[in-house]
Amino acid sequence: MADGTGVLIIGDSSGGELASTTAELLAAGQKVASELGEELSVALLGDTLDAAAQQAIAHGAQKVYAVNHPLLAEYQIDLYLAALEALCKEISPQVVLIARTNEGRELGPRLAFRLGVGMAQDCLEVSVDASEKRLLANRPVYGGNAIAVVSCDQTPQIAAIRPKAYEPAEADPSRQGEVVSFPVDLNASQARTTVVDTVMEAAEGVKLEDARIVVSGGRGLGGPEPFAHLEELAKIVGGTVGASRAAVDSGWVPSSYQVGLTGKTITPDLYITVAISGASQHMAGCSGAKVIVAINKDAGANIFKEARYGVVGDWESVLPALTAAIRELTQA
Amino acid sequence: MAVKIGVLAKQVLDPEMPMAAFRIDGDTKKVVPPPNIPPVVNGFDENAVEAALKIKDGQEATVTVISTGTAFALDVMKKPLSMGADELVLLQDDAFQNTIDSFLTAQLLAAAIRKLGGFDLIICGRQASDWDNAQVPLGVAEILGMACISLGKKVDVQDGKVRVERIIPDGYEVVEAPLPALVTVSNELGQPRYPTLRGIMAATRKKPTIWSAADLGLDASDSAPRITLRDLFVPVSDQECEIIEGEDAADSGRLLALKLREDKII
Ligand SMILES: Cc1cc2nc3c(=O)[nH]c(=O)nc-3n(C[C@H](O)[C@H](O)[C@H](O)COP(=O)(O)OP(=O)(O)OC[C@H]3O[C@@H](n4cnc5c(N)ncnc54)[C@H](O)[C@@H]3O)c2cc1C
Repeated sequence: MADGTGVLIIGDSSGGELASTTAELLAAGQKVASELGEELSVALLGDTLDAAAQQAIAHGAQKVYAVNHPLLAEYQIDLYLAALEALCKEISPQVVLIARTNEGRELGPRLAFRLGVGMAQDCLEVSVDASEKRLLANRPVYGGNAIAVVSCDQTPQIAAIRPKAYEPAEADPSRQGEVVSFPVDLNASQARTTVVDTVMEAAEGVKLEDARIVVSGGRGLGGPEPFAHLEELAKIVGGTVGASRAAVDSGWVPSSYQVGLTGKTITPDLYITVAISGASQHMAGCSGAKVIVAINKDAGANIFKEARYGVVGDWESVLPALTAAIRELTQA
Repeated sequence: MAVKIGVLAKQVLDPEMPMAAFRIDGDTKKVVPPPNIPPVVNGFDENAVEAALKIKDGQEATVTVISTGTAFALDVMKKPLSMGADELVLLQDDAFQNTIDSFLTAQLLAAAIRKLGGFDLIICGRQASDWDNAQVPLGVAEILGMACISLGKKVDVQDGKVRVERIIPDGYEVVEAPLPALVTVSNELGQPRYPTLRGIMAATRKKPTIWSAADLGLDASDSAPRITLRDLFVPVSDQECEIIEGEDAADSGRLLALKLREDKII
């Protein structure tokens, strides 16, 4: 087994700042690197990386590979892949960690295929096998109904980690690290896909991923109109509205509302589900919530196995009373 | 000239089956398919079939569905044909049982695609609902050197280019690539069409092409595993739910508010 050296994190600094998902990877990476006795480094791609490089060091990176190129200013899969492939071939890392964001979920596998190795997708946790010193990745499979523990047989061992699975590593500005510039040869013609337009359709107000309180609605709402009641409650508590895939597929709310395995991963302090059954694929996106509350008329619904508090009843009666009482309590 | 479209589809355990029926054999580290619940075509792959058929609705195109596995339920796998696809190619061999290793699966599918002479456009579901790997389509694109766009919700072909509405967290972007290209699609593409009676009749008459490992002439170095499954288990939740019960549903709602206040959550 060719071994490689170091733990390399593929960082994200779009917007000039180190992304929180990268700080999360640094938390995961610190543990893995120290158990392996390896160096922890971060690769940053872009055209202005200085600020993010210092932030990466403050969050625990011992080394930053700054891959500076004007063509990397905006994310473009083919160019990012070419740069990462060149870097990995040059430094031969033992472990590569990437965040399973929209970009990471395609970059990770494609990089692995290019390097001829396997990768573990959408992991909740990574650790090190004490005897063999290999990376062990815990990943939900079958929509979260099961957990698979997998390891990669070749090197580098690559894992994509689900956003919010780790708390971000703490920043300590006194930390010292090295910034190494890694030049790459790129050509605009390597980019095979072109973005010709971008359409935003998210709700206004607090972002679903950042909200402290989320109120989500499901198929049991029966139509788009009841979402107004959820909006009302969300507004009173300073939260935002989400939905199950069934509600999205029915066309009641845009897909940007979807919470779950193939929707958003959220970790609010309070998650109120209204007429959602609690399928494993839905819970995959919200099981990190501190407190889950369920309103559902079926006492046997799976959501009651996952919730802290539950009301068995028709949302049409429960929700208005809950909303009125919360309004009274919070305005008193 | 007709657009030659390939769709990759997987036969999976029905993800909508009752959770209680989900069982793992700890010794073999395998999910035990419940005897009375038939498998289905992976949902996102049905979206891929729909995306291909939508293109075929508007222009001359052929749609070939390709799948790999050890044993197929033919009536299940013929569903894409009854929806309107033209051909079904099944890569069937006991050697193809390792489907958690996306590397191996992508090698197999790429070999079959080459044998079929390649495609202008390959459409795949974003992930399979069993292993949720979301890797095989990307791997096929890498192996075959095709442009690749993931997470599409609308796919159009025009003037030798594919134009995809690609889902991003807060909306979508419109992405173009020259053909040949590979696109993965998500459920946002919309409900797949139902098979018509005529489609079902036509599908019954169609015979799938079945290829074994030997037919694909794979190189042994391609088939070294990349992933080892160390363990497989059902996670246990120790969450205890406190059911709030008032005099009626509205009263329960009110009591719930009080509870949340008491816990300082609101
Ligand atoms: C590969 C894959 C990925 C998926 N990804 C996601 C995902 O990201 N997010 C997601 O949410 N789902 C996802 N799903 C779908 C998931 O399996 C479920 O089908 C979906 O979450 C169900 O949505 P629901 O709970 O709104 O609907 P249902 O399961 O139909 O539940 C509706 C609930 O409403 C209750 N109800 C009905 N009427 C009332 C009433 N008047 N008052 C109170 N309660 C009432 C019912 O008792 C029931 O429990 C995925 C599925 C697959 C196969």
